[in-house]
Amino acid sequence: MAEKKQLNYLESVHRDGRIWGIIICFLIFLFPLSVCLIFGAVPQWKPLAQGLFATLPMYWAVGLVEIFTYVPMLGAGGTYLSFVTGNISNLKLPCAVDAMERAGVKATSEEGEVISTISIAVSSIVTTIIIIIGVILIVPLTPILESPVLEPAFDLILPALFGGLAVVFISKNAKLSIAPVILMLALFIFVPYLNKGTVGIMVPVGVLFTLAVARIMYKKGML
Amino acid sequence: MEFSVNSPILFILVGILIAVVLAQSVYFLLKAVKRAKELGISASTVKKTITSSAVFTVAPAIAVLVGVVALSKSLGVALPWLRLSIIGSITYETVAANNALNAAGVGAGSTITDASMYVTVLWVMTLGIAIGIILVPFVTKKIQGGMNKIGMKDKKWGEIFNNAMFLGMISAFLGYVFCDVSDIFKGKTAGLTPVCVMAVSALIMVICGLLSSKLKWRWLTDYALPLSLIGGMAAAIPLAELLGYEVIK
Repeated sequence: MAEKKQLNYLESVHRDGRIWGIIICFLIFLFPLSVCLIFGAVPQWKPLAQGLFATLPMYWAVGLVEIFTYVPMLGAGGTYLSFVTGNISNLKLPCAVDAMERAGVKATSEEGEVISTISIAVSSIVTTIIIIIGVILIVPLTPILESPVLEPAFDLILPALFGGLAVVFISKNAKLSIAPVILMLALFIFVPYLNKGTVGIMVPVGVLFTLAVARIMYKKGML
Repeated sequence: MEFSVNSPILFILVGILIAVVLAQSVYFLLKAVKRAKELGISASTVKKTITSSAVFTVAPAIAVLVGVVALSKSLGVALPWLRLSIIGSITYETVAANNALNAAGVGAGSTITDASMYVTVLWVMTLGIAIGIILVPFVTKKIQGGMNKIGMKDKKWGEIFNNAMFLGMISAFLGYVFCDVSDIFKGKTAGLTPVCVMAVSALIMVICGLLSSKLKWRWLTDYALPLSLIGGMAAAIPLAELLGYEVIK
């Protein structure tokens, strides 16, 4: 009975997620189209092609890999929301991971699915509201948000975020974390190409490598 | 209609889209809360998840707002508002906008005055990252199904698999923190700034953990991550002053 119910909830999340996803996808493309129609404007083809050429190959490749990397971590509901509202690695995922950890539930369980969805939904709502307030108050807020004093604080949000998160996860999985942490430190220190802009590409590399190490250690009875 | 980057019609269109996106979040929130009750997850756990997620989100959301302000100089407010409320991230939207602006020959900081230039940038930003929004409705169920099979076949491995994924992601970001450390051999200490910021954040997390277990301040664990995040960000200000730090635009 319990299993049947679980199937039902997940099934309905997928059904609703698809409907919302398709509607929002449609609206997202409708927006540039309506702007073109309203202002009677046509894109300038050469800059459009150049801009797409500079952006599309890399971000489509990264985006494709991100789907496979993040879906298992975010859960179904979390995925349908996160891929619409964005800011996954710097906001939604750490938020959901922390919430699941504190609630003591696993991402692969239905409890994990529910907690992750709640956490990501709240995070999306709060982000959207803060940006709305910010847009309304943009004139008085601009000098504060752009003050050179605060600049490093906003720019260094990732180290400030992952320091705390690393403590939680590494302390609980000390043995398993040694190999991936050493690999990633070595890669980022010695490969000049790897930096803030390319860290997104390294997330799937880190995930796959850690999974492989985990599998070997598990088979050898080390975990 | 006469074009301006801050034309009211743009705000109306963006407002509608954002309202739909907000409605989706509210819908899934209510659905999950209802399911949590059925699963017997305690009301206090649900409440804690809601409050601590909300508190945690504030600082990163303000960082996103900084991105809106930065982009609004050339693109007006409406477009960055939309783009940073949906799909991408600060890094992506900035790169995509700059790629399009550069291709169109608009210098950084000057406002777009021409509708066709505006729609060019708009299409680049929309198409450049559209893969997620197009594919997610169709592939999520398959990927999810595969995951559940792993957990069902071998429970212990399922759990290790789960931890290994998160560790893999965290290790990549830890690596990034150290990416400029080797500059110290060139006499530049700026590369140490992110490392020290991370250390401060980690230290606050350790202190929170100790306080909550030794003094039984259980509530502290709910706010440990936002506290270490904000502590780390605050520490970034004097650390950048002390060690130097270049903000890459």
